[in-house]
Amino acid sequence: MSEARPSLLLDVRGVKKRYGTHEVLTGASLEVPRASVVTVLGRSGTGKSVFLKCLAGIERPDEGVIAFDGTPLDADLPSARAEFRRRCSFLFQSNALFDSLTALENVVLPLEQTTALSSSVVRQRSLEALQQLELDSFADKYPSQLSGGMQKRLALARAIVTRPELVLFDEPTAGLDPLRRNAVFAMIVKYQRQFGFTAVIVTHDVAEVLVISDHVALLDSGTMRFAGSPAAFSTSTDPVVCDFRDSTAALHKAVDALRTGQNPSLTES
Amino acid sequence: MVRKLGSLTLSLIRGTGDFALFTLTAFRSAFSTRRLLHRVFRAMFEQGVRCLPVILIVGMFTGLVLGLQGYHVLNRFGSESLLGALVSLSLVRELGPVLAALMLVGQAGSALAAELGIQRNSEQIAALETMGVSTHGYLVTPRLLGALLIFPMQTALFVSVGLWGGWLSGSMMLGLEPGVYWSSVERAVEPDDVQECFTKAAVFGLLTVALCCYYGFNAHRCTSATGARAVSASTTRAVVLSCITVLAADYVITSFLL
Repeated sequence: MSEARPSLLLDVRGVKKRYGTHEVLTGASLEVPRASVVTVLGRSGTGKSVFLKCLAGIERPDEGVIAFDGTPLDADLPSARAEFRRRCSFLFQSNALFDSLTALENVVLPLEQTTALSSSVVRQRSLEALQQLELDSFADKYPSQLSGGMQKRLALARAIVTRPELVLFDEPTAGLDPLRRNAVFAMIVKYQRQFGFTAVIVTHDVAEVLVISDHVALLDSGTMRFAGSPAAFSTSTDPVVCDFRDSTAALHKAVDALRTGQNPSLTES
Repeated sequence: MVRKLGSLTLSLIRGTGDFALFTLTAFRSAFSTRRLLHRVFRAMFEQGVRCLPVILIVGMFTGLVLGLQGYHVLNRFGSESLLGALVSLSLVRELGPVLAALMLVGQAGSALAAELGIQRNSEQIAALETMGVSTHGYLVTPRLLGALLIFPMQTALFVSVGLWGGWLSGSMMLGLEPGVYWSSVERAVEPDDVQECFTKAAVFGLLTVALCCYYGFNAHRCTSATGARAVSASTTRAVVLSCITVLAADYVITSFLL
């Protein structure tokens, strides 16, 4: 592995992950600078969520090195993994809220279980987190009593209440309409600026991430096909990047061709 | 055939070892889990309240049937006065701990396995892992400790209600003198019998709750199904194996204590 760069909070090198005979990640690498928003794009089934779960430690990579703040997260070094978990939060696609706990109890849980703070401080910090995400009047509601957007905000409140340095977002806008999608991205950027954490977002939403991201990576066939700035992504001539970036233009072409009676190929390239 | 048998034996050994490690990890986590006492009390409340009505009803009917059957059998030999001994020893030594354990499995154990299975399915357990929360300590340890504490109490309640059931059918319905019934109970039950009853209760409570937690917690490892079906398959397996384990453990403990 190359020498650790202090500007990087997370340095991922050659991560491989296989399920049976199916190799999902074939050597994915990613550099995540501190206090930045890094987005990982990719088609469905290319292993974006697996990659993120490898970063979070939910899945164990078969090969490769993941270094957090210069320290490799080795399975033989549980202290490094514990330190990583203390400083990192994960926002699940499904939110993974505890349905038998109220909104406040959901936010209290990580503080209560992982810190030695007194009950009053835990409660105060949890209420603050709810207030910051405009959920303080719903503190006693259960997740099932909240709307989809509020559940997302509650999951974010739970993720930031421990004041993490790194927050991993797994498809935070999956299944949301365009307005809510924009609202969630705006919320992520707002709180990323407010709290100064580093964000790694996995998503499909190209147009939005080009606006909010500092760095963009494209995962294809288990490796990072592209990694660079949003401007570089917008001008890249790589055919896979072009396909992904210009997917709306391709749809326009296909529909126009159908209207003129031609038979265009609509299959994925 | 030999290969299949060998593979089955290996998987049984592996499964037993995995279950033992799971239970040991849960107990070890007791030392590092915060606010454990609060969660133990909650588990005791959940397991106790869930099972209380069924414990009372089944205990009463068991005592009623024992009193009824026992009276008619003993009547043939002119020994109705021993009815209290028959009911009490049957309940204290065997039926109390075993039936109460089976009720615990059906009522609290199945709910426990399903709850943990759903939490696994909806990534709630993965969320705890990413937060750095001890999943065993938070989800399993309080339930195991709760079962260890509450289950002997439930068994005692089952036996007490059963004794009153025996009195109802023997004395109130069939005319045996109540004083004869209760003095026979008092003479028959020795401290060793009570100790055996509580030992069995603690072991059964621990085994059943540990098995239900194990299968619910590992619902994602179910090879025969995925998603909701995996939860259902894990719950069924937890209930069936717990019932078998209770009966097998009963035989083992009885053969050691007798």
